Amino acid sequence: MAEKNKRVGGADARRLDITALTLREHVVRMIGVGKAGHLGGSCSLADIVTALYFHTMRYDPKDITDPDRDRLILSKGHSVLIQYAALMELGVIPLSEREKVKTLAGMLQGHPDMDRTPGLEAVTGSLGQGLSIGVGMALALRLDGRSSRVFVIMGDGELAEGQLWEAAMAAARFGLDRITGIVDRNRIQATGPTREVFDIPGIEKKWEAFGWNVLTVNGHNIAAVVEALERAGGMKGAPTVIVADTVKGMGISFAENSAAFHNGIMSQEQYDTALAELGAARAARTQENPR
Amino acid sequence: MTISKNPRMAYGEALVALGKRDPRVVALEADLGKSTQSVLFKAAFPDRHFEMGIAEQNMASTAAGLALAGKIPFIHSFAVFASGRVYDQLRNSVCIPNVNVRICGSSCGLSDFGDGKTHQSVEDVALMRALPNMSVLSPSDSIELTAMMEEILDWKGPVYIRVNRNDLPFTFPGDPSYRIGTVVRIRDGADAAIFASGIMVSKALDAARMLAEKGISARVLNVGTIKPLDRDAVIGFAEGARAIVTAEEHTVIGGLGSAVLEALRGVRHAPVELIGLHDSFGLSAESYDALLEHFGLTGEAIASAVRKLLEGKS
Repeated sequence: MAEKNKRVGGADARRLDITALTLREHVVRMIGVGKAGHLGGSCSLADIVTALYFHTMRYDPKDITDPDRDRLILSKGHSVLIQYAALMELGVIPLSEREKVKTLAGMLQGHPDMDRTPGLEAVTGSLGQGLSIGVGMALALRLDGRSSRVFVIMGDGELAEGQLWEAAMAAARFGLDRITGIVDRNRIQATGPTREVFDIPGIEKKWEAFGWNVLTVNGHNIAAVVEALERAGGMKGAPTVIVADTVKGMGISFAENSAAFHNGIMSQEQYDTALAELGAARAARTQENPR
Repeated sequence: MTISKNPRMAYGEALVALGKRDPRVVALEADLGKSTQSVLFKAAFPDRHFEMGIAEQNMASTAAGLALAGKIPFIHSFAVFASGRVYDQLRNSVCIPNVNVRICGSSCGLSDFGDGKTHQSVEDVALMRALPNMSVLSPSDSIELTAMMEEILDWKGPVYIRVNRNDLPFTFPGDPSYRIGTVVRIRDGADAAIFASGIMVSKALDAARMLAEKGISARVLNVGTIKPLDRDAVIGFAEGARAIVTAEEHTVIGGLGSAVLEALRGVRHAPVELIGLHDSFGLSAESYDALLEHFGLTGEAIASAVRKLLEGKS
């Protein structure tokens, strides 16, 4: 395990970058043309989710109920498309479900629903609850003497939810160092820039004041994300939060930094553009010589 | 009338018994452990008791996480907070994934008579009953409560249990074959059927005795499990009665009375009257009995409702 979690570079970094682009392509295909979907927050998370599922997490896609697995809870449940994409790429969710998202015939709901979808660890979507669920899992895992880690991804807009800070206090109070929180700081919420809609200054200081270790990272530099996840795992006695600076809609020019694509509808032209841009980026990264 | 063990004490002791039986049982508290009696569990199993502070919402979702990881968590607060304050957490974190969280709604109904509207729960049954997957229990005394706790361990999905703060009269005869989900006839009678839950079962028995003195025989049905409600049993017990009265320590909107009427839909039945609070919050009072009387939650009120229905004057 320790071997696997060492820094990534060269071929590994390239492999992970390519995976993240593939996940974004899955997301675009899941949303399709003329239908609303949470493109922006899914793309801002693509590199982080890739680092987790394809490098850091102890997670066997062939044994998804293994009690010793690491858990990933997407507290910002509206971005579940990126988790679906990762689970498809791992073979947990059949690829045939990709074009059936949010249909009665499909298993993939608009927000995480364990009832229908394999690989999901909790029901989220009503914002602010994921960290609490993670606290419960971490307490149970500790009682059972397991070493599993619990990763909880939150949105920066979501930090306005009061329950989340109740959970932050509890995680620190119980010394749940197996919890790593990740804030997807893409600085845009549903109706506009967070600075204008509901500014929450001093995010890092707030977490520190609540008793957490705080790391800041560029959420699109997978090697840096992997390193931060590794550092967080080594910090004992208190939980750690990684504040990841990201770009909403990252990788798709018309969706980048756009509140309209928090839950937007793509035209045929935009759909084609998105796939063309992601495909070109993937081809370019594939052809690069590993450093 | 014989007084049974205090329900809160019976609850606390039953929880300790479950903790001894099954290591998966854990308890979460929100700074009301002396009221809910989860302190007994804390003393017995300090490692499996979590004081979550005055943060009920976090407590409810934390319980979901514990349950998802294989534990059977019991969360505790006053009924008004354990249902309403955490409604969204119970709905999303707990009921949608249908996990085995048990919610102890302590000091239920008007039983916290002194503390007034903010601390009395008169709409919790309606809220909890509306949640898909949630079971709703309202024991009539500590004997029934203990019997429910025996079975609650292996019950599938989330369970909400109302626990009264005060000493209650013995009403439940005790039955080793007791099962959650059954409607129990605790007194037979031909003229009227009285469906009651919680403290109101003892009031219904009072009413039946008063009616008997007037030559009216009433059967008393204890509906300890308000959801899932045994519809066939309700229909069967209503059959032949010329008057049907429900009695609950709760608003008549969405509680036991509503549940009984839902069960009786589509079948011919006698006229029905609902005893309970009528679109009203509670009130501070000097005693529990005074408060119950203020809201007409008495044997006299039930008996009077039966007589009026029989006389066609409801």
